Amino acid sequence: MRVDGTFIGIDVADAIVDDSAIAAKLREVCPVDIYGDAEGKVQIVEGNVDECVLCRLCIDATSPEQVKVLKLYDNEASLA
Amino acid sequence: MRFFEYEAREIVKRAGIPVTDYGFTTDPQEAKEIAARIGSSTVIKSQVLSGGRMKAGGVKFADTPEEAEAHAKDILQLEINGHMPRGVLVDPKAEFEQEYYAGVVWDGTRKQPVMIFSPIGGIDIEQVAEEQPDKVGRRHFSNILPFGDFEAKEVIASTGVTGSALNKLTPILTKLAKLFVDNDMTLAEINPLARMADGSFIALDAHMDMENEARGRHKQLLKDLGVGDDETREAREPTAFELAGEAVDSQDHRGVAGNVTEFDGNLGLVIGAGGGSLTLFDAVRKYGGRPANYCEIGGNPSVSKAKGLAKLVLSKPGVDKIAVMMSIVSNTRVDIVARGVIAACLELGMDPAEKIAIFRIPGAWEEEGFKILEKYGVEYADRSVSLHEAASRAVEKIQGAAA
Repeated sequence: MRVDGTFIGIDVADAIVDDSAIAAKLREVCPVDIYGDAEGKVQIVEGNVDECVLCRLCIDATSPEQVKVLKLYDNEASLA
Repeated sequence: MRFFEYEAREIVKRAGIPVTDYGFTTDPQEAKEIAARIGSSTVIKSQVLSGGRMKAGGVKFADTPEEAEAHAKDILQLEINGHMPRGVLVDPKAEFEQEYYAGVVWDGTRKQPVMIFSPIGGIDIEQVAEEQPDKVGRRHFSNILPFGDFEAKEVIASTGVTGSALNKLTPILTKLAKLFVDNDMTLAEINPLARMADGSFIALDAHMDMENEARGRHKQLLKDLGVGDDETREAREPTAFELAGEAVDSQDHRGVAGNVTEFDGNLGLVIGAGGGSLTLFDAVRKYGGRPANYCEIGGNPSVSKAKGLAKLVLSKPGVDKIAVMMSIVSNTRVDIVARGVIAACLELGMDPAEKIAIFRIPGAWEEEGFKILEKYGVEYADRSVSLHEAASRAVEKIQGAAA
């Protein structure tokens, strides 16, 4: 599942989208509410994607393979 | 924050400086009762935060309580420079021998209060300073160390006042200095300070301005005076543009973005950081620019908040370009502000490279910010470019566009 803002793109691996524990964890760690938790599934709140502060907390809560934060202004460089 | 005259009088009175037996009221009938209590001729003064009261008919003399009532009724309905009166002050018509001036004002350059005294009162002190400079005494003093009587005495004596008047004026000026410091005033002025026939001194009028940021330290005083938390005491009502700015700023708790003041220029400003906004505003004016607004941005606002401010400024009629400039920032992220202002342009269908005259915000996360700006072709500057240089480039660009 990938959602792009103007400056930031969020790519969540399909394999973890239905994981309710990961959904809750992502929602808990993100300081700018990019992640929601819709009925136990990972949800990306489109309107908040560009608020990303590149803090990596979502990556640290999962793994660089499971969640990618892409800098669309920098040739989609991935925050790793 | 400005105080009404009746409030300023109360502050003076609390400081132990003699005042007249005045009364404040919003009711003509009560004005009559106050005049009767005074028992002599009175002066009825409109309580508005505006100058020119006398000229506008907001100050009238009454020989009887009935006349005081009639004057109060008229004055309470009289708008002066767009302000309706808060009430009227009923004051004894003083018979004095001489008017003096005593004031303390904050000197922003020296970062110290300065005491000013003149044996010529009842008129603007600026006029006295221009026409008879030897009749104006000045002295800066510490707002940390206790103020000594000798300091007041020096200021008074420097104007040629001696003898009994010098001795009687000294404690009044000392109390005024203490009042100024204790209440975080930016202006504390008694004009006129009158010498009565018996040689005593009485404050006949007073003007007080308190540092806005200090309101929280003086809640009890403000409560005693009946000043509500919502009373901004601004010189004019906020414009629709300024109210919209307030709305942007209040949209979330993160940072400051949207505290705007409206002007009629063509260069929109998104500026701030540690006094940078004032410096930048002045710099834009110095280089011939015409600011469309003054504002503050800082404290790390969200992208949407920075975007909201930039959209507001860009949408203002007459704005051709915006300049995004701050001093060097430690906590406000350059990349977040860059995203905000570029998103504003894009959402309004504008080209960021054309609409943003210059972006000069060095500091936290500047490398990320500069990458964003490069992507959209926006001219940016790092810390090697001074605030003045950035301001002059913005002005050149907007003047070039207009030519």
